[in-house]
Amino acid sequence: MRAQFVLSEVSIGLRRNLTMTVAVIVAVAISVAFLGTALLFRSQVQTMKGFWYDKVEVAVFLCGPGSDAPGCAAGSVTQQQREQILAELQAMPEVEQVYYESQQEAFEHFSEQFADSGIVENVEPESLPESFRVKLRDAEQFRVIATNLAGRPGVEQIQDMREVLGRIFRVLNWFTLAAAVVAGVQLVAAMLLIANVIRVAAFSRRRETSIMRLVGASRFYIQLPFLLEGALAGLIGALVAAAGVVALQRFLVEDVLRREFTFVAFVGWDEVWRTIPLMLATGVVLAALASAVTVRKYLRV
Amino acid sequence: MITFENVTKTYPRQLKPALSAVTVDVAEGEFVFLVGASGSGKSTFLRLVLREERPTSGRIHVAGRDLARLSSWKVPALRRQMGVVFQDFRLLPNKTVAQNVAFALEVIGKPRQSIRQLVPEVLDLVGLHGMSTRRPDELSGGEQQRVAIARAFANRPALLLADEPTGNLDPATSVGIMKLLDRINRTGTTVVMATHDAAIVDSMRKRVVELDIGRVVRDQSRGVYGYTH
Repeated sequence: MRAQFVLSEVSIGLRRNLTMTVAVIVAVAISVAFLGTALLFRSQVQTMKGFWYDKVEVAVFLCGPGSDAPGCAAGSVTQQQREQILAELQAMPEVEQVYYESQQEAFEHFSEQFADSGIVENVEPESLPESFRVKLRDAEQFRVIATNLAGRPGVEQIQDMREVLGRIFRVLNWFTLAAAVVAGVQLVAAMLLIANVIRVAAFSRRRETSIMRLVGASRFYIQLPFLLEGALAGLIGALVAAAGVVALQRFLVEDVLRREFTFVAFVGWDEVWRTIPLMLATGVVLAALASAVTVRKYLRV
Repeated sequence: MITFENVTKTYPRQLKPALSAVTVDVAEGEFVFLVGASGSGKSTFLRLVLREERPTSGRIHVAGRDLARLSSWKVPALRRQMGVVFQDFRLLPNKTVAQNVAFALEVIGKPRQSIRQLVPEVLDLVGLHGMSTRRPDELSGGEQQRVAIARAFANRPALLLADEPTGNLDPATSVGIMKLLDRINRTGTTVVMATHDAAIVDSMRKRVVELDIGRVVRDQSRGVYGYTH
């Protein structure tokens, strides 16, 4: 095996067909970039889920003076009701921890969250409900709490904060799926393009390959340059895509998003470094596969 | 070197066989002319020897190998034992004379050291001394055919197949090519040459196998081209 011979054949092949090679590189780059984006978007959703679900609990709001829920017909929650609800929550096996948030504490959290917006001036501690914040052992167990406590005297409302977020995450998951579908379609298109490029290359070098066949060159010698040609174009395309993803992380996520949205967790570099090898492998393997199929079809040995 | 036993070849979607019941035995070191009109089966014979095609029936042995039982990954090894020359030379126009010859050695994995030694040697042998940096389009037809012969012979094959090697050449040039093929034959290489150049066959007085519509109609040890042409 003379590596130098094969490599020079590869470079001749790639240069002879420069415009097509560029087309392949662009096609692979776009498809692999979509793939990488889809993968990172999925990690992003997961990261956000972990971040939010960690903080978000079930909130059991208790009746205040102005509540008009059915459980609040008797007016504000009494001390006895409060203690009974707390005892019941703590007795449930699904519950990991219960915090009490008084009206004053609710007001403080509220002021903190909306510090910039001026709403705070119109809100008084008395207008916010007191609540129990319940952390569940298993976040899916919300229903148990809801059915046990709903309509209980002194309970105004039970809210699963996850439900609100769930809707957002469903939308984000659709984005991920859409990116994955685009990546898939693009990859198929890129493979077809590669197959065509290799077919043209095989045709334009049919003199060489027919001589190689006659003098007894092995299948390896005849076909390897074409396989490497496809794989190399795939690798370059995937590298371009990887560079794009790195740039996106560096200039969009790190420089802008992470600074502007301090209360949201974003994917970190470790996810990016984990995704890039996958992108490179996809680009190279699919390109080599497309070339191999074409070469087997058009280069008889 | 070559044994055909009752070989018949019918191409797909064709009624008449290109070769029918051909039995020929070519010994090592022989020089054999394969003659006959176009379509008589000369090229099919050579393609079968090269295992470009497989016979419909019958058995073929080449260089001690049973081609029917030769698995396809061993075909390159078989072809390294033969050289082939064509009427249209089939040189690579973008390579020099030396590069054309070296190419055939490179692609079968010869070490560079021996390529550097073999190429000038074989170019001297075919009478192209000092022409190694020319390109094919700067050469005459006869010189181009010499390059093709050098390429076919560079690996010192035991068998040289020539498909109408003088078909594109004028008579004087053809004589030179025949002298070269004769010299190669004298080194012990078996030569099988398909031709319909009557003057050449008559002047060489070698064995002649005549094909007509796929059948062997004559096999003479020191023959002439024939009487009907």
